[in-house]
Amino acid sequence: MTVSAHPSSDGTELTIKVAGRFDFSAHQDFRQTYESAAADVQKYTIDMTDATYLDSSALGMLLLLRDHAGGDSASISIVNCNPDVRKILNISNFGQLFHIE
Amino acid sequence: MTEELRVLIADDNQTDRMILSAIVRKEGHQVLEAADGQEAIDVYSAQRPDLVLLDVLMPVLDGMDAAREIKALAGNELVPIIFLTSLQDADSLAQCLNSGGDDFLTKPYNRVILRAKLLAFSRMRSMHGALQANHRQLLLEQAVAKKVYDNVTQSGHVRIDNVRYALSSRAMFNGDTVLAQYRPDGGVHVLLGDFTGHGLPAAIGAMPLAEAFYGMTSKGFELEEIVREMNTKLNRVLPTNFFCCAVALHIDMLQKIGRAWVGGVPDCFFYDAADQSVTALPSINLPLGVTEGHQFSLRMHEFAMHNGDRLFMWSDGIVEAENQGGEMFGEARLRQIFTQVKDPRDLFTDLLAAVKTFQGDNERADDTTLVEVTMADPPQAYLLDLQEKTGRSVVPLDWEVRLVFPAQTLKYHNPMPLIMHVLSETEGLKAYSTQLYTIISELYSNALEHGVLGLDSELKAGGEGFGRYYQFRQERLEQLEEGHIILTMEQKARGNAGLLTIRMEDSGSGFDHADSARHAERVSSGQQGRALSGRGMALVRELCSRVEYLGMGNVVEVDFNWPQRRL
Repeated sequence: MTVSAHPSSDGTELTIKVAGRFDFSAHQDFRQTYESAAADVQKYTIDMTDATYLDSSALGMLLLLRDHAGGDSASISIVNCNPDVRKILNISNFGQLFHIE
Repeated sequence: MTEELRVLIADDNQTDRMILSAIVRKEGHQVLEAADGQEAIDVYSAQRPDLVLLDVLMPVLDGMDAAREIKALAGNELVPIIFLTSLQDADSLAQCLNSGGDDFLTKPYNRVILRAKLLAFSRMRSMHGALQANHRQLLLEQAVAKKVYDNVTQSGHVRIDNVRYALSSRAMFNGDTVLAQYRPDGGVHVLLGDFTGHGLPAAIGAMPLAEAFYGMTSKGFELEEIVREMNTKLNRVLPTNFFCCAVALHIDMLQKIGRAWVGGVPDCFFYDAADQSVTALPSINLPLGVTEGHQFSLRMHEFAMHNGDRLFMWSDGIVEAENQGGEMFGEARLRQIFTQVKDPRDLFTDLLAAVKTFQGDNERADDTTLVEVTMADPPQAYLLDLQEKTGRSVVPLDWEVRLVFPAQTLKYHNPMPLIMHVLSETEGLKAYSTQLYTIISELYSNALEHGVLGLDSELKAGGEGFGRYYQFRQERLEQLEEGHIILTMEQKARGNAGLLTIRMEDSGSGFDHADSARHAERVSSGQQGRALSGRGMALVRELCSRVEYLGMGNVVEVDFNWPQRRL
């Protein structure tokens, strides 16, 4: 499991790539990624291209990011989900809270 | 300064033993001596020293065998063993550690190194001691917490005939919770909750959940109101990244309707006993405790449910159960069990057995929680029991009460708890709370749905009718600006008998009750399909000595005589 941050050139967008099993072991890394990012990040993108699995503590981490990014006014997209990851997001109805592509 | 340790020194060479003893004593420790491996074991069991220094090569029993024996005797206690050896090659030194030693010391002894090692192991011992003490304390606290948790969630006390459940857990507390409780009308509410995480955080969340569930269900609140309250409570209590996936179910055993709120758990399965088909009820709401905002929803699945139809609910532990190869049990295998079963009564045990076999000895098993709810007739035993508990001799009173519910109240509140509270304060009527709940809630929902909201019960016809009907009900309720319902209850009592007259008046346009009366026994009367149709009103007629429509059909009056035979 690895988490990596890819800020846009103007620093207003942050893409977080998660690879492998996205579970509790990612907790520290994931939080650090957005907490240490520039303060003027407006838009977040979670790239799940290489994420194989998502558990409920990962859903919790997404909620923490949403809180960090301003709660209801947060702009967070979750992109490139494989069918397993997509299914877990659907069951939880996280489409209500995040923009899932 | 280090604390004084009791050190066992075992060496068959008396000179070496004396030199080492002298050094250790000088460091301020007590010394016990042994001349061979067997003696070392004997001294250890008799005196339980804190630290053991063992020569590798000794007669009778060598150091390595003695070390294994001493470690076995020590059990959970930490007894550092340091091997004494004149061997220098890496393999021999490694062998010392592989046989259970914690460290080695080479001859001739270096005083500085020996002192440093004694110090290090002394530190390790006290850390281990503190850890053990903390662990004991933790177990003690968990046992107390578990008792409180069990009392609050009444776990293991779900005693409702048509609800079966299995909870298995890895930890002392599990992330899964199953709650079930009778409603005042003899229906049942069931809740399966799956908290993120395990152990104390999950258990702490389960407590407000259980309190809201049990308290509100027995007071006569509707499922939606209970779910909303549970969501509010959890959202306030739990940290942002913790929430509870859940399914909440209302089984109406009189009208044969099931209603389910599903949020964040895998699809529930509805098993139709007549054609053995399975319908999935997918999650259509956010889990509980995620948000109190507008994203939180009370979207319900509504379905007709005949006797013998079953609803299966599970946490993700079942679908995601892994075999030793890391493969998941999955929905396909789940469905297969439903197609293969011969007697639907075996479904529950078949499902559990299949998951267990699939998992094998896999250590990583998650909580596997399964709940089965079967539609049946209302439980006579429970109702009779309830009646006996409350049915003692009474001194009844005469009274009249009038309750007016304006549009805003109709929109946002369920008046049933208030009404039941009024009635429960009246001696004599307490014993009939189940019947009265049924009568008044039936009259009230007719007045609200057909009167104030102007819904046609014909909408309920057909396979998807229920869902459409409740969707209209929700929409019209949300848009409601004016209208009212007036409930008048009058009691006249004599001795241990009495007459309660209930009058429900709504602001709707009414219906032609004179005409409908002629078709009284028809299932659907056409004329807005109102009141005289449906199982609900049939039940009211059964319970009441008089059911009469007045005015333009927007007023209904019923007489309830007591004492009365049970349903």
